[in-house]
Amino acid sequence: MSETLKWNNTTLVEQVERRSGTPVGACLQCHKCSTGCPIGPEMDYLSSQIMRLVQLGEEEEVLASRAIWLCASCEACTTRCPMGIDVAGVMDALRIMAVERKVAPPGARGEEFNRSFLGSVRRHGRVFELGMMTAYKLRSGDLMADVDKVPKMLAKGKLAFLPNRSGRSKQLREVFRRAEEEDKQQ
Amino acid sequence: MKYAYYPGCSLESTAWDFDRSTRAVCAALGIELEDIPNWVCCGSTPAHSTSASLAVALPVLNLQKAQAIGAPIMAACASCYARLRTANYKVQHESKERRRAEQITQQPYDGNVPVHHVLDVLVNHYGIDRIRAKVERPLEGLRVACYYGCLLTRPPEIVAFDNPEHPTCMDELLAAVGAEPVEWPFKTECCGAALSMTATYSVNRLAHKLLSMAREAGADCVAVACPLCQVNLDLRQPDAKRVHGDFPGVPAPYVTQLVGLALGLSRRELGIEALTVSAASLLEKYGRPATTAAGGS
Repeated sequence: MSETLKWNNTTLVEQVERRSGTPVGACLQCHKCSTGCPIGPEMDYLSSQIMRLVQLGEEEEVLASRAIWLCASCEACTTRCPMGIDVAGVMDALRIMAVERKVAPPGARGEEFNRSFLGSVRRHGRVFELGMMTAYKLRSGDLMADVDKVPKMLAKGKLAFLPNRSGRSKQLREVFRRAEEEDKQQ
Repeated sequence: MKYAYYPGCSLESTAWDFDRSTRAVCAALGIELEDIPNWVCCGSTPAHSTSASLAVALPVLNLQKAQAIGAPIMAACASCYARLRTANYKVQHESKERRRAEQITQQPYDGNVPVHHVLDVLVNHYGIDRIRAKVERPLEGLRVACYYGCLLTRPPEIVAFDNPEHPTCMDELLAAVGAEPVEWPFKTECCGAALSMTATYSVNRLAHKLLSMAREAGADCVAVACPLCQVNLDLRQPDAKRVHGDFPGVPAPYVTQLVGLALGLSRRELGIEALTVSAASLLEKYGRPATTAAGGS
C-alpha cells in the first residue's frame, strides 16, 4: 500500500488549489467545517461535501451548487479546519470559477449583488447604497424586497440620495481594468 | 496617539452613528484621527467573491494613501478591517500577490502599514484602566451581551487581537465602564453579514437565534462592533420576529455608543437616535442630557 492515492480527476482539485492557495486534497472529511457552518441548514451541499466533490472532480455539481453562493464568508470553517484548509477561500475560488464558466444556478443572487456592489465602487469609488440596491433589484428581479425598510432608513439618515464620490474616477476605472487583465492570466 | 482613520462606506450611510460615536469617543480620550484622504471602498465580500486581484488591490490603494499620514490605520467596520489586514498579509507573504497589487495600483507597497480595529485601539493601545479613570456616568445596571461577530477574530492568524472562539476584550471594556456583561454562547456566531440582501431568510434566522439567546441570557441589549452585524440585528429585527417567532425587542447599539455614554457624552453626540430598535428608554439614565450639551457646558 505504498501507492499514493490519485484523485480520478486531478484537474479540478489542482485548479482549485492553485486559485485558493490551499490544500483541498488534504480534506479528510471530519465535517468540522460543516458542523460550525451558520448557513448549513439552507445549503444543498455542506462545506465538507463541497471539499469532497472538488476532490472527486465533480465540477458541474460543485460550480452549479447553491452552497457556494450561500456561504457567508464568516471564516469559521477556515479557522477550525484541522488540516489547515482555507475552506472559505475555496468557496471564493469556486464562485469565481462558476462566474467564469457561466454556470451559476438561477436564483444565485450573490453574483447579481456582487456585480451591483462593485459597479457602484467602480463608478463612485465608494458604495452608493441607493444606487447599488436599485441596480441589484433590477438584476435580480426581486423588486419588492426590503422596500418597507426604505422610509425607516431615510428617517434615520441611513440612506443618502446622492453618491459620495471619492478619488479620481478615471484612476479607479484603470484599477478595475488592470485587475481584470490580471484575472485573465489565472 | 494618532491614527489614519478609515471609516469605510457603511459608516457614511447605514452606520453613520458608528462613525459619529467612534470619532466622539476618540476625541474625548485624546486619540487623534486623521481621515485617509480620498479613501476608496475596500471591496468587502463582493470583491473577494469576484476577483482575487481586486480583493487585494482595493485595500492596497488605501494602505498606500495612509502611508503619507505616517500613522497606523484605525478602521471601525469589521469587514474593512479584515480586508485591509488580509491584503497586508497577502502582500507580505506571497510575492505574486505583491507584484500583482503593485501592477494594478501602479505604486509600490510592502504590506507594512499597521491596521487596527477601534476596539483593539481602545482596549489594547489606549488601555482599559485609563478609560475606567475617565468614566463620568457608569452604565450601572445595564446588562450587555457582547457580540464580536466573525471578522474581528477570524481567521486568527490574520485579524485576531483576542481569542477567536472566546474573545473577552469587549466584555472587559464594557465592565470597566460600569456595565454588566452577560455570559452567552454566541459571541462569535455569524449573523449572515453580506447575505443580508441575497439570502434574507438565513439572515433572519441567524438574527433570531442570536437575539433570542441574548434575551435568554438576561441581556438588555447586544453590543456590536460591525455595521453589517448592526443592520442584521437591528433593522432586520422586526422581520426576524415575524418569520421565526416573537421575543422581547433587543436594542443593538455600537460598543462605541455605550462607551461614549459612560464617558459623559450626550446621546446626540453618539447618534443614539439612529438605532431602529430604540434604546432611548433603556439608556435614558446614562450619558449627558442633550439639553446640557446644547448649553455647551
